[in-house]
Amino acid sequence: MRPVLVLVEGAERDGGASAAGGADGAVRASAFRLLTLARRLGDPVAVVCHPVAAYGVDALARFGAARICVAEPADPDGKDTAAQSAVALEALTELAWQMDASAVLVPSGRLGREVAARLAVRLGGGIVTGAVDVRPGPDGPVAVQEVCGGTYRVESAVRGGTPVIAVDTGAGEAEPDPVDPVVERMFVSVAESSRRVRRLARRPKADRRPGVAGASVVVAGGRGVGSAEGFTLIEKVADALGGAVGGTHTAADRGWCPQDALIGQTGAVVHPRLYLACGISGSVHHRAGMHHAATIVAIDTDPDAPIFRIADVGVVGDLHDVLPALLAAIARQRAAERGGPTP
Amino acid sequence: MKLVVLVKHVPDEIVDRPSSAAVFAADMTVDRAQLTGRLSEADEYAVEQAMRIARRRLDVQITAVTMGPPEAIRTLTRALALGADEGVHIVDEALHGSDAQATSRVLAAALARCGFDLVICGVASTDSGMSVVPAMVAERLGVPSVCEADGVWADPGWADGDVIVARREDGDHVEDFAVPMPAVVSVTDRVGEPRYPAFQAIVEARQKTVRTWSLANLRIPADEVGLAASASPVRRVAPHAARRPALLVDGEPDAAAARLARHLTEHQLI
Repeated sequence: MRPVLVLVEGAERDGGASAAGGADGAVRASAFRLLTLARRLGDPVAVVCHPVAAYGVDALARFGAARICVAEPADPDGKDTAAQSAVALEALTELAWQMDASAVLVPSGRLGREVAARLAVRLGGGIVTGAVDVRPGPDGPVAVQEVCGGTYRVESAVRGGTPVIAVDTGAGEAEPDPVDPVVERMFVSVAESSRRVRRLARRPKADRRPGVAGASVVVAGGRGVGSAEGFTLIEKVADALGGAVGGTHTAADRGWCPQDALIGQTGAVVHPRLYLACGISGSVHHRAGMHHAATIVAIDTDPDAPIFRIADVGVVGDLHDVLPALLAAIARQRAAERGGPTP
Repeated sequence: MKLVVLVKHVPDEIVDRPSSAAVFAADMTVDRAQLTGRLSEADEYAVEQAMRIARRRLDVQITAVTMGPPEAIRTLTRALALGADEGVHIVDEALHGSDAQATSRVLAAALARCGFDLVICGVASTDSGMSVVPAMVAERLGVPSVCEADGVWADPGWADGDVIVARREDGDHVEDFAVPMPAVVSVTDRVGEPRYPAFQAIVEARQKTVRTWSLANLRIPADEVGLAASASPVRRVAPHAARRPALLVDGEPDAAAARLARHLTEHQLI
């Protein structure tokens, strides 16, 4: 079988090496889903563009990465994210040519899409982004995309010598298939055009909490929150999830939340990955601002509220009971993930 | 300084949502004849960003470029009303059904022909939303790119020549990049709300120059673009039943919250 290249993104554990924008040797979970899909198409080859620790290699091997290529810039002045995508691009181009890869799979994030775009131009084949599923077809891989807000599924053959597919890795499960990996190192020289991008500064966000527009997680409150004091609970949940605080027309009108946090027809229209609607019945006005969210979670006391008809997960209950319990559950899970004592 | 904004004529979601049953034509492309088109919302931010740069410099000319069917002239007119000085409309029957490769090739050829210092694009079109054309165009032109920037400045008087500064949010950090021109940037909806054009601007937009180019003008063979040459041909389009609601949790707050937290973790949402 021909090899299939998988781009592995580095993960940052709590604060570790984040000042340099790098990683501390861990790999992001997106790689596991990519490896699972790559196994269907051929022999997976993991391409890592950051220093990877032994446990990162083990994790990749657990999901079937028989070959792991660790790429580094030949001139060691590229340690920022701009350079990381440039290194990934050069490494994938080089390996795709050398190994005559049958496909390249990348995670469908910003870095992945940028790499995919430039790589596809160099390789001259097909490109698809946001694929929720990939499987082999008669003339190259078949990628499945969701369009029109998930109401249609489009299946496309991705043709060309080495097609490039950016996969929405959250849409499916990863399945383990342990192997003994071979780890190789390679040095790449970065193209002139990407070397010209210089990073001036990297600093922590002044306002810890992001604004609703463009936030990947939005926690919103409505009439059910009941008071301005009640909104501190919404804020706590937003902080725990690293999200923005939003509000309905009612909440903004009564001054429970700022006007620029208003989500709806006359306010912000948001497209977050996760939308947590707390005490929101789901008026047409509000739905117009949030129904594009990838995942909608609704918490409301009224089981007949219209919000439940568009929610992925509905919790019937009082948010004043459910949210504190949710905060505790999240804290428990995070503690367990870190391997610390469970409170 | 020559600013070029790449704009796209997309189906108007608000107008067409009720009749979405007839979205796809027999050749499995989006049936644009059935739909009302408009300037992609994300591209309005790109035009606005170009205007903000133009306001701080004296030497700016803004060109709006679109590739699309004859109706796409409406999108160009809108971009002109929002502030672009002139328009370029690439229209050719052979372009129907072009994939990202062909689109980027045509746009790169058009950019090479009209010349540019800075190309500004919206982050993603509201119809296909692949978000790859800006970087693909940059690769073809051999220029640097910053994709999905949350802020862009191109003030004159930088010590090291003509540089644009792009700001991008990366998780809980903010990063600033300096890119020498010529360059390509794509901007998110955080760069600043587009203005609503004054009536005067809408009227004047009709008087501005719009050049119409065909594939022959760009010296691209017609058989290398379009549906037949697509490297990602669509095989099947099927309506997909909405999954919602997938899960309804009821019961004690503690148990419900734990179930919810588990679901969110399983789906990698937190």
